Amino acid sequence: MKSEPKVRASLPEGLTPERLLEMYYYMVLTRTCDDRGFALNRQGKIPFAATCQGHEAIQVGAAFALRRGVDWLVPYYRDTCMALSFGVTPREQLMCLFARKGDIFSSGRQFPNHYSVPDRQIASISSIIAAHVTHAVGIALAAKMRKQSAVVLTSFGEGSTSEGEWHEALNFAGIHKVPIVFLCENNEYAISVHQSLQMGVKNVADRAAGYGFPGVICDGTDPVQSYETVRDAVERARSGGGPTLVEAKCYRAMSHTSDDNQLTYRTPDEIEAVKTRDPIPRFENWLKERGMIDDDTIAELKAKALREVNDATDWAEAQAPPTEADLYTHVYHSGPLS
Amino acid sequence: MATKNLLEAVRETLHDAMASDERVFIMGEDVGARGNVFLITAGFQEEFGRERIIDTPLAEASIVGVAIGAAMAGLRPIAEIQFADFIYPAFNQIVGEAAKTRYRSAGGNSCPLVIRTPYGGGVRGALSHSVSIEALFYHVPGLKVLAPSTPADAKGLLTSAIADEDPVLFLEHKRTYRLIKGEVPEGRHTVPIGKADIARAGKDLSVITYGLMRHFAVEAAEKIAAEGIDAEVVDLRSIRPMDRETIINSATKTRRVLVVHEDNKFGGVGAEISAAIAEEALFELDAPIKRLCGPDVPAMGYAKEYEEAFMPSPERIADAMRELAQF
Ligand SMILES: Cc1ncc(C[n+]2csc(CCOP(=O)(O)OP(=O)(O)O)c2C)c(N)n1
Repeated sequence: MKSEPKVRASLPEGLTPERLLEMYYYMVLTRTCDDRGFALNRQGKIPFAATCQGHEAIQVGAAFALRRGVDWLVPYYRDTCMALSFGVTPREQLMCLFARKGDIFSSGRQFPNHYSVPDRQIASISSIIAAHVTHAVGIALAAKMRKQSAVVLTSFGEGSTSEGEWHEALNFAGIHKVPIVFLCENNEYAISVHQSLQMGVKNVADRAAGYGFPGVICDGTDPVQSYETVRDAVERARSGGGPTLVEAKCYRAMSHTSDDNQLTYRTPDEIEAVKTRDPIPRFENWLKERGMIDDDTIAELKAKALREVNDATDWAEAQAPPTEADLYTHVYHSGPLS
Repeated sequence: MATKNLLEAVRETLHDAMASDERVFIMGEDVGARGNVFLITAGFQEEFGRERIIDTPLAEASIVGVAIGAAMAGLRPIAEIQFADFIYPAFNQIVGEAAKTRYRSAGGNSCPLVIRTPYGGGVRGALSHSVSIEALFYHVPGLKVLAPSTPADAKGLLTSAIADEDPVLFLEHKRTYRLIKGEVPEGRHTVPIGKADIARAGKDLSVITYGLMRHFAVEAAEKIAAEGIDAEVVDLRSIRPMDRETIINSATKTRRVLVVHEDNKFGGVGAEISAAIAEEALFELDAPIKRLCGPDVPAMGYAKEYEEAFMPSPERIADAMRELAQF
């Protein structure tokens, strides 16, 4: 291609065409998994699914800004794309949807998407909103105390930033300048409650000033801008500069979860309007404009993702469920239960 | 063996843990320059540095939450809640998070964390510095709750707690800090978690108790021994896990049981002890199980009269023993 050298020169630092295509693939893979979760739920095969549609770009950007094997991820339940991009496999993802015994995150104990992969440095979280943000600070504190170069990235929605524990976590991190990136994926809704009823400030990022570190905003539907923003925050943390609060403006294409109906609090027009911001076609266009992808490759990658997710679905569905005996394991490390 | 008070035993144990294991660190309010409000960690910051003796902001949820994260990442945090009365903001982190970390991750993540806090009354601490919190926490699977009453047990159990792979709530009765003295083994000394102690062996009735009340119960037992009643005093030491075997054995042996605790009666630890005995040894008993506990009012008041009316005393324990013996 004639324009190739120019295109390469304009790529953001840290991103090659290969990596950009990988990012694209993870977004497509996630969308396929996400759709599969809702389909399985409608078929009555799984009780619950949560979506990340509309969040893929910020999540893949964030995951690619981290160093696997070095950095920690403390994600929240909407981070399917972040988890897949950080090394969770489709089979592992489907295992948790089906709540099988072999689900490595929780052995079918938690809702789906409560990731936990200690050997890949993804820490377990509960569903208690914002409680994990304090844990992420503790992991970052441990890294600092041990003089490791690890950076911790933790994520949450804008609604979570109302919780006291969220404020305590950021305050602690600001005082001790721990290597952490706080990532708010702002989709404007906490279930049905709009951001305007969640805070008196316009941007979540505005809150960072109160803790003594920068708050930055990025377009969370743009994976490249998301990557660059989080990368800078990660570098700042790694070089001892302390925390950054990144606010990614994105949206939620579907209801909060399979148990929710967004039509009870959003107009159909609004729902249609946000769909025009779908990060996947946007990124396709961006890649096409730079000659890095064409329709054939897009079709090929989508077919590959579908094959992977089909395989993962069949495999996970066939795995054994937990037994009653599993109820009694992992209460304590050892010894009696009471 | 040297004689120390309970505060000194705690201090020595924390010091040894800090010195022998670099994963151990302490965080809490005023634990640094001040050395905690009771001076338990006085001098620690000079010795171990500000990175390992961390003065936290006034924010209990994050004291525990940050410690949980550090524990998940492989350190051995000892988090201090200045007074048990201030633990409520951290309730979610202890009950909702720490206690469930292992279970919810199917063993993937563990949470080896010790939360130390002074509790209990008898020091004119008024409403907000006198509370007993054990009943609010011992209900929770995944959490261990310890309440040592002697300096040796304080050292032994705290050493075990720091080495334990699970979150431990370590309750130190304020009144015992300077009041209770005893011999403390030198060097590393552990007491197994989940084992009760027979504080005084006897054959006529059993008093099951823990914390400061162990000492009051022993005092009462000595008093009524002169009247010909030979009482056994069982000190739980570990509230959860609870040593059912020792409780049942004692109840079966003496056939009369008095449960004593300072915490409120309703739904207190005594309720579980009574239920366990009723389930397993009801027909071994010669008298109904009796409970002498704090009354069901929100807290003991500041006035001396309120405090005295609230707390079981050696005299009231002796009276309850007499009644039980005569049943
Ligand atoms: C402490 C707590 N309160 C309430 C809930 C119920 N809940 C689950 S998700 C949610 C909304 C969270 O919104 P936000 O943080 O904006 O994230 P989003 O789901 O929009 O990505 C609520 C209220 C909870 N899980 N935990």
